[in-house]
Amino acid sequence: MLNARWPLLEVDALSVKFPVAGALFGEKRWLYALSDVHLQLRKGEILGLVGESGSGKSTLGRAIILPQENICAGGIRFEGRPITSGLKSDMARMRQQMAMVFQDPFASLNPRQTIGDSIAEVLRVHRKVPKDHIPARVDELLAEVGLRPEHGKRRPHALSGGQCQRAGIARALAIEPQLIVADECVSALDVSIQGQIINLLMSLREKKGLTILFIAHDLAIVRRLCDRVAVMYLGRIVEEGPVEAVFSQPRHPYTAALIAAIPEIDPQKTLPGNALGGEPPSPMARPSGCAFHPRCPVAQAPCRAGNGPETRHVADHGYACVLDRRGGAFVNQGVVT
Amino acid sequence: MSTLLQVSHLSVVNRQGIALVDDVSFSLDSGEMLGLVGESGSGKTVSCRALMRLLPPDALRIAGGEVSLQGQNILALTERQMAKIRGREIGMIFQNPSSHLNPIMTIGAQIAESRRLHFGASAREAMVDAIELLRKVGIPDPAQRVKSYPHEFSGGMRQRAMIAVALAPEPKLLIADEPTTALDVTVQLQILRLLMTLRDTLGVAIVLITHDLGVVAQTCDRIAVMYGGRLCETGGKNQVLAGALHPYTQGLMDCQPASEGGHSQLVTIDGQPPVAEHFPTGCRFHPRCRYATQDCQAQQPPMRTSPMDTRHQAACHHPLAHLHTQEASC
Repeated sequence: MLNARWPLLEVDALSVKFPVAGALFGEKRWLYALSDVHLQLRKGEILGLVGESGSGKSTLGRAIILPQENICAGGIRFEGRPITSGLKSDMARMRQQMAMVFQDPFASLNPRQTIGDSIAEVLRVHRKVPKDHIPARVDELLAEVGLRPEHGKRRPHALSGGQCQRAGIARALAIEPQLIVADECVSALDVSIQGQIINLLMSLREKKGLTILFIAHDLAIVRRLCDRVAVMYLGRIVEEGPVEAVFSQPRHPYTAALIAAIPEIDPQKTLPGNALGGEPPSPMARPSGCAFHPRCPVAQAPCRAGNGPETRHVADHGYACVLDRRGGAFVNQGVVT
Repeated sequence: MSTLLQVSHLSVVNRQGIALVDDVSFSLDSGEMLGLVGESGSGKTVSCRALMRLLPPDALRIAGGEVSLQGQNILALTERQMAKIRGREIGMIFQNPSSHLNPIMTIGAQIAESRRLHFGASAREAMVDAIELLRKVGIPDPAQRVKSYPHEFSGGMRQRAMIAVALAPEPKLLIADEPTTALDVTVQLQILRLLMTLRDTLGVAIVLITHDLGVVAQTCDRIAVMYGGRLCETGGKNQVLAGALHPYTQGLMDCQPASEGGHSQLVTIDGQPPVAEHFPTGCRFHPRCRYATQDCQAQQPPMRTSPMDTRHQAACHHPLAHLHTQEASC
């Protein structure tokens, strides 16, 4: 957005599977958490990754940040270089340019360490600044996330949830990352505090040109914060595009249903007439064809067969649905509204 | 409609004598849905546990007030009498159904148990009732699923099953404590629709505890907003959302990102919600309120009724909207 529009992170046909304990002496079974995921994150961009629980969004976040043994196909490139294959030392060096912010702000900080010490530890391990500059740098990082130096002397339990989340972000910033993966980083916070953290992420992006992968299930926040959004269902990306295009003209019926389910504060509006039925099936029993077809209000015969629809593109808006979206058919006449 | 539940001046204190729930009053008609909104620590869950008399006995204690259910003060009942009311008259559902269903009893047996206890139904009758209840809460193939254990259900189905268990004794009041927080948005929509259908078909009154004003806006008839253990505003849904009197209510509405797109910074409420040990003096919202004056710091504002609507009340020295115009005309 700010810098040149070259891809910082490219996820290329990534598939991740986990072994699942089967019956005794039975065949080993596999859970495909991600299958054939393509994703690009340009420098300075905030990409929202949304989907219901079990859709694979956290698995994708972890595959980017942590070395994975479960990748069975495809790979991830960072600044054009692979980070899922090659020399361990190279991969580790590239991963130093990425940091993660977690959902639970208390659990992700050491309860016995002061906030300042937790941040100093990162600076020390990564040798980011000379030893005698560490305290000054810690205060600087605290100020960047809106905390005062005295907060650095407290332990996590003496801070509120929002302040702990700010400390978590300061820790992530300490390694001077290019990419931050934020996994549900506001969903544990109170409504009045969520906005403060979102605003902080927005201003950090402005100031530092940070690239952020924002994993969330709250679509309203994604619409406000992100430049692009990718919607996942059962381990696949079913729709991806610029936020405004996806929200105003969703091309996949699942995206349309998710958007319709956002509760809005408008006393004139009541709940959408027909909710999407059913629940996401288990990834162990993935339906044939388009995995969404058993819940899809507009599914037709071709949706049930084969390996699922290819991703199609309209400009930079991709969607995996065989049906042409005829003038908002899903939203206007389908079961969704 | 008649008043089903009247909570008057309810206070709950902890061992240090701090009032976690302070002088809370609200009422509910039968067949009505009340949204009790607040952030964590605002006292919404403690209030509802208090009216069920389910507070942890060594930590929290009801210090005053009255809870009358159909004209009977249930705080004055003996524990034995209360046990009959709980379950029979008031049902409760929770955020996390897995920890409130018995994992080693089938869903059917859990429903049948309360039908036999409260209505003296035979085992066979109770099982027929259980199947009917599962059908009512929208579980497909109820005759088969009645034999399932909670772990065999998905998250949304488990929530439906817990609603069926709570409804088994045909309560007049259902307290739903964050029933959809742990669910995905599409499933949340299904559960909210179910609650509304149950209110309309069975006439059960519902208190919906939630932190999500959007959920309340689309489901409830009335709203009560809590902050720091006190009620700050209560009234009809449309009155409160269209003309909030308390700056906190307005702030909560403003900080919802749903209203529009665009990448402008979000409106926020500065500062943190108060914790019980450090409740501010006067109006507990004053340190975060942009309209706060000396009065707000010194004096606790009384609950005042809106001149436009007798059921719309707010506890604020400088109420927004209507009262402003009222004062100007005086």
